[in-house]
Amino acid sequence: MTTLVIAEHNTVKLNDATAKTVTAATKIGADVHVLVVGSGVDAVAEAASKIDGVAKVIVADDAIYAHPLAENLAALVVGMAGSYDAIVSPATTIGKNFMPRVAALLDVAQISEIQGVVSADTFERPIYAGNAVQTVKSKDAKKVITVRTTAFAAAGQGGSAAIEKVAAGDQPGLSEWVSENLTKSDRPELTSAKIIISGGRGMQSGDNFHMLDSIADKLGAAVGASRAAVDAGFVPNDYQVGQTGKVVAPELYIAVGISGAIQHLAGMKDSKVIVAINKDEEAPIFQVADFGLVADLFTAVPELDAELGKLGL
Amino acid sequence: MKVIVPIKRVVDYNVKIRVKSDQTGVDLANVKMSMNPFDEIAIEEAVRLKEAGKITEVIAVSIGAAQATETIRTALAMGADRGILVKTDEMVEPINVAKILKAIIDAEKPDLAILGKQAIDDDCNQTGQMLAALLGWPQGTFASKVEFDGDKLLLTREIDGGLQTLKLNMPAVITTDLRLNEPRYASLPNIMKAKKKPIDEKTPEDYGVTIKTHLEVLKVTEPPVRSAGIKVESVEQLVAKLKEAGVIG
Ligand SMILES: Cc1cc2nc3c(=O)[nH]c(=O)nc-3n(C[C@H](O)[C@H](O)[C@H](O)COP(=O)(O)OP(=O)(O)OC[C@H]3O[C@@H](n4cnc5c(N)ncnc54)[C@H](O)[C@@H]3O)c2cc1C
Repeated sequence: MTTLVIAEHNTVKLNDATAKTVTAATKIGADVHVLVVGSGVDAVAEAASKIDGVAKVIVADDAIYAHPLAENLAALVVGMAGSYDAIVSPATTIGKNFMPRVAALLDVAQISEIQGVVSADTFERPIYAGNAVQTVKSKDAKKVITVRTTAFAAAGQGGSAAIEKVAAGDQPGLSEWVSENLTKSDRPELTSAKIIISGGRGMQSGDNFHMLDSIADKLGAAVGASRAAVDAGFVPNDYQVGQTGKVVAPELYIAVGISGAIQHLAGMKDSKVIVAINKDEEAPIFQVADFGLVADLFTAVPELDAELGKLGL
Repeated sequence: MKVIVPIKRVVDYNVKIRVKSDQTGVDLANVKMSMNPFDEIAIEEAVRLKEAGKITEVIAVSIGAAQATETIRTALAMGADRGILVKTDEMVEPINVAKILKAIIDAEKPDLAILGKQAIDDDCNQTGQMLAALLGWPQGTFASKVEFDGDKLLLTREIDGGLQTLKLNMPAVITTDLRLNEPRYASLPNIMKAKKKPIDEKTPEDYGVTIKTHLEVLKVTEPPVRSAGIKVESVEQLVAKLKEAGVIG
């Protein structure tokens, strides 16, 4: 049995979603190979070879993979699928995009966003925004799986897997990358941050999010948001935490001016410690908060900033 | 130019679902059902393309129990021209849905299929991508903007780092994200008009698809519940608690 893990990276750096996915793959109980697809990805392949539990790293390095187009990735992975019993990718927007395409071309189901591995063919996955957990047994000979990375610890470092090159696959030529508008930030990424401070509709404007930025800088935190804050244009789309945005599970999640709709809770309720600051004491967010502060955020947030300053942060 | 919009009847997004005590599934008795919110966005986008004169016909398709007719009527009231109900009482996994949709598309020959990016019941996020694969079409998933560029599509997508723009050949599959548009409410006159619009009733067999079970559901359970926390009186107390918990400073 061998499992193929598709690495997530941005050409220069391996995303830690990969090491988490390797942990899930190891639980499936097979040899783990990691596939790195990209253009100029030697450093990424090197990093992948150091993940504990990885037997081999396979690199498809070609200009056609400079941007991860679903049609190209699926063609490559399907071409390699014969040697694998399971194909596993983190449930990032890249994984969510191309993996169902792989599954359909192999005529199998995809098991989306697993959060637990019961056995080599049985998995746990959240449904209904995480309000229920489904245990499913796959009848397919080949398993195509995406992994909810917050549910798995990152595999350690210390491996020294061999790195092998493969030729590029077909390029169906159906789509073309045009441009990208990526949010620039020196802060940690939402999905790997240890601390997150998120703002909701209560923030009232994009400018007011700078109050959260100041706290984030003191805590080394990432800044997130509810859908309402994104829809209102306060912050970019990639800030959205929730059922249909990013799923996070930091050590500390601070929700400011967020009511706590089911869809938002779906994305953050597995955080270790949750703080809610909201002026409405009936807000559902308080039902999941370890520490709730009923207060106007426009006084509480500057106060919090000042208190943290006093700690020398 | 024709557009096909597949739509799913799901538990309304405002409902807090309950897991059945025998762990066989989620209790759907007397629960409010609605069109999957992402599918409303898909219908809205198709209707706007029609209103802008870019396309001529919007076909709403639903696969499911007889009650899915209501969901199709909602789509017709929003502006879709006709409906197809593929009736089945079985649980239809995304791969099977994609196969039925492919057969419909082979028969109807639309230029676009617009789907919601995920259904809020099973949260799978698969069908559009699978359909594109089976058809050999390009896919533009998680779309927040769709424009025509000659005989191609210029499509902006929500990705983890921000936004990405792709150019897609046509025909193509699009899946919608939340910010593509704000779906309209159907007006009363349009709801009345929708009653006269045709809905074809079919079965999976009509399309030569046998529904195969790939995933067997062994059980459905409640997630762990968080134990209730405390209210703090001041920011000072909050900071003290966070230090005590070892999460800051
Ligand atoms: C298909 C679908 C998918 C969705 N996906 C997501 C998702 O992924 N993520 C997500 O977050 N949502 C999602 N939603 C939306 C979700 O249902 C809620 O509408 C949204 O989370 C509400 O955001 P909010 O809490 O910021 O706004 P609101 O619900 O309006 O809450 C604002 C809160 O701020 C408080 N407040 C206001 N002013 C102040 C002040 N001065 N001081 C202190 N508190 C104040 C109010 O008391 C209130 O509780 C989805 C919805 C649908 C239908």
